[in-house]
Amino acid sequence: MSAVLIAILVLLGLAVVFGLILGYAAVQFKVEGNPIVDQIDDILPQTQCGQCGYPGCRPYAEAISNGDAINKCPPGGQSTIEALADLLDVEAVPLDSEHGEEQVKKIAYIREDECIGCTKCIQACPVDAIVGAAKQMHTVITTECTGCDLCVEPCPVDCIDMLPIPTTLNTWKWEQPVPGIALIATDSGRGSEQRGAA
Amino acid sequence: MTDFLLILVSTVLVNNFVLVQFLGLCPFMGVSNKLETAMGMSLATTFVLTLSSVCSYLAYTYLLQPFDLGYLRTISFILVIAVVVQFTEMVVKKTSPLLHKVLGIFLPLITTNCAVLGVALLNIKKQNGFMESIFYGFGAAVGFSLALILFSAIRERIAVADVPVPFRGAAIGMVTAGLMSLAFMGFTGLVSF
Repeated sequence: MSAVLIAILVLLGLAVVFGLILGYAAVQFKVEGNPIVDQIDDILPQTQCGQCGYPGCRPYAEAISNGDAINKCPPGGQSTIEALADLLDVEAVPLDSEHGEEQVKKIAYIREDECIGCTKCIQACPVDAIVGAAKQMHTVITTECTGCDLCVEPCPVDCIDMLPIPTTLNTWKWEQPVPGIALIATDSGRGSEQRGAA
Repeated sequence: MTDFLLILVSTVLVNNFVLVQFLGLCPFMGVSNKLETAMGMSLATTFVLTLSSVCSYLAYTYLLQPFDLGYLRTISFILVIAVVVQFTEMVVKKTSPLLHKVLGIFLPLITTNCAVLGVALLNIKKQNGFMESIFYGFGAAVGFSLALILFSAIRERIAVADVPVPFRGAAIGMVTAGLMSLAFMGFTGLVSF
């Protein structure tokens, strides 16, 4: 047998043995994450607005899995509560008005001629949807904006408006079913569908 | 026993991998901004270096040498190191999530640390035995940790010092590393191994 063949075989054998070890280790040391947190996080609207009292959607998902109430998410609204109730097999409850009212979907709009370029809204934006630099006009990337209205409060000249998204052929969708009626099985993925449409 | 002690002193001080042999400089410059991260990196490197030193010794002695394949050592050692790092990460993630959080990104980064490959290759060059490989790898790791932690402590001080503008950042870091290297070269001749 030629030396090259031996070399290839030995290296191949080494790689196969290591592959087996790693494969075995991957099974043996599999980390049981908390899959329910991921599922809850999928349903939440990912606005990262913090209206629930947690610093973002994932912390709230973790809190829900530890037994927190499911009705603290105004951006998600009643449909999110229904989906969470379905997933966690608990009673669907109305939205807790303490954390805000459910609203039509809005996005931030900066009146650019009034903007003084203070960058305060940029720091407030949880999804980095505002571009601009110090003493330069800022503007909102509409496709990134989640409508959390966290940028409205810090603006010193009040030049940020929350405008409802106009219904066009691209954004129109069927109305959500009225809470309380029996839902078909395929409805369980509504949370992510909504996000995709928005 | 004296032999092993000599190896330790030699690798930690006299032939310090970072400051005398100039191996593993990227993490030395890269993660020395904060003492805490430097400690995490040192911990991860110590573990991986010792383990990979032994594993590559075994791979060389029992696989490459019998087939007369010494020329394949570099590629097989890289393979060994990558596997050891990956395996370590899995075990640490399972057994101690806290440690995994502390080590974080540093664990996979060790794969590209040239000191790890350097130790494996030097083991062969110096014809170290099994136990000697363990001590050589461990000593190298302790030397690396020592240099990294000292350097990061100095850099934390430098961060608040009044450094002339052109020297700020990486420049003063390089100067400091050079001075530290000079200091470590002072150990030359302490033991000859």
